[in-house]
Amino acid sequence: MADMSSMPEQEKKAEGKPSAMTRFKNRFGLHSARDVVEFIVHTLFFLCGFVAVACVLFISAYLVISGLPAILEIGVTDFLLGEVWDGRNGEYGILPFILTSLAGTAGAILIGVPIGVLTAMFLAKVANNKVAAVIRSAVSLLAGIPSVVYGLVGMMVLVPAIRELFGLASGSSLLAAIVVLSIMILPSIINVAETSLRAVPKEYEEASLALGATHIETIFRVSLPAARSGVATAIVLGIGRAIGEAMAIIMVSGNVANMPTSLFTSVRFLTTAIASEMNYATVGSLWRDALFSIGLVLFLFIMLINVILNVFIKNKKED
Amino acid sequence: MKKIIAMMMALAMTASLAACGGNGGEESQTPASNDPATSQSVAGTETPTELSGTVLCVGSTSMENVMKTLAEQFGNDNEGVTVNVEGGGSGAGVEAALNGTADIGLASRALDADEEAQGLVGTILALDGIAVIVHPDNPVADLTVEQIAQIYTGEITNWSEVGGNDGEIALIGRESGSGTRDGFESITDTEGACQYDEELTSTGSVIESVRNNPNAIGYASLSNVEGDDTIKALTVGGVACSEATVLDGTYEIQRPFVLVTKEGTELSAQAQAFFDWITSTAANDLIAGAGAVPVAE
Repeated sequence: MADMSSMPEQEKKAEGKPSAMTRFKNRFGLHSARDVVEFIVHTLFFLCGFVAVACVLFISAYLVISGLPAILEIGVTDFLLGEVWDGRNGEYGILPFILTSLAGTAGAILIGVPIGVLTAMFLAKVANNKVAAVIRSAVSLLAGIPSVVYGLVGMMVLVPAIRELFGLASGSSLLAAIVVLSIMILPSIINVAETSLRAVPKEYEEASLALGATHIETIFRVSLPAARSGVATAIVLGIGRAIGEAMAIIMVSGNVANMPTSLFTSVRFLTTAIASEMNYATVGSLWRDALFSIGLVLFLFIMLINVILNVFIKNKKED
Repeated sequence: MKKIIAMMMALAMTASLAACGGNGGEESQTPASNDPATSQSVAGTETPTELSGTVLCVGSTSMENVMKTLAEQFGNDNEGVTVNVEGGGSGAGVEAALNGTADIGLASRALDADEEAQGLVGTILALDGIAVIVHPDNPVADLTVEQIAQIYTGEITNWSEVGGNDGEIALIGRESGSGTRDGFESITDTEGACQYDEELTSTGSVIESVRNNPNAIGYASLSNVEGDDTIKALTVGGVACSEATVLDGTYEIQRPFVLVTKEGTELSAQAQAFFDWITSTAANDLIAGAGAVPVAE
């Protein structure tokens, strides 16, 4: 407010002495020091925003440029549908990786979504404030644990447990990866689902209760359907997190390029295929280019998931 | 207040990290300068003429670790010289030495008669011993190379078949591209035929996995396994895996790290100095530190 009063004075000064600076200011509609600051900050914001856009464009272009030639050289069907991967000896079929990534993500969603959504319902509608606060802080802690720690704990505790429980030679398997992933995606599912459940208008639930439905019936039959697009968003976010994870699962999945024929097979994901061989593939070799191509395939998967996510968010707004 | 404490802690951590770094550097320097042979040889390469230029070593990826360690130290001792180490495999190393595209070729196998007939000379830099490890509770203490190969190719799947307890064998190995895997598979003649249950990305994870699984078998470089009581290194054909047995050749799962040069082609001054230095006793500590058994005496 104090600045406002001083503004006309400054303008008068500027008019009295028409300098290059003033002409510049006038040209851009800048009539005071405040406007100049505004202009600078605007530009700064724009540049910051542009950094993100530039990065996305650069990464997309780079992945396509470095990944596409190898796919074409190997042959699209041989690459995507080939069942044998042996980069060192010129076998570049990534079907096992694609199927493993799909199976791992699907498994994680099957386990993680029910637990996550039920937790969110509990937090939003059932739990008293104290209990909810404890659970909520536990969930945010879970989100903050680095993925390598998940991997380490999985390797030391989960893998031996699976081996003992099912009498296997080695516990490193698709199942171990699914369990780790389903825990890792819980926080994003719980947070988004809880927010959307809380956003359900009170009137809906009150109407349901007034009609004689019990509290639990109301939650399942009224609140959950009303929050469905939010829950769907949560699920898609979970899928995104699960399909992109590498560090935690490289330590528990066994990392052998097998087809995911059973839950107990040692498998390799799209992400871990890149991570485990990038160190060795010689620069300029088809092997290395094929690893970039795996990156491109993974990138396309994640783009697809983002598109689906945007559709859900748009629908939610329209609701 | 909390912020200030957090900042102080961050500062303290940075300082301690820096201190660690400093100590590490000193440690790697001290033995070299205390050793009379080292200072002599380093002085020998420096005093006559100031060396400059680059040295290119190409070949075996298994040797990259050792060679990069040596190259780095040599670069520090001789400021004008840059030693570059490139992978590509033993075949590429032999090829590069033959065409003269590299100063020194690197091969993690002995040269064959054909290659020697073409005028190539192999100088053994070090030996690479690969220990076969199992859980300490595993009663099996000795396997032959043949049995090990059968286990890894899936012909033998139960420990009871080799005198152990009943239990399905879990095959732990390294990922494709690893020098240790390449060495193990080429010595046991199981290249591309191993039915791994786990392909892990570091020696540490292999040891960890074997330590946690009573039915596991794995392999790791000798230097990583020596003195570790939480796992058991098997004797192979009755010979224990140690530096001594690798050096005298009785331990079978080993291979040489060979420097390949061409007879009649003179190395550049800096390449010759590098070659002389890494094959002298002065480089032994560094070679051992990088996981191989040095042979210079």
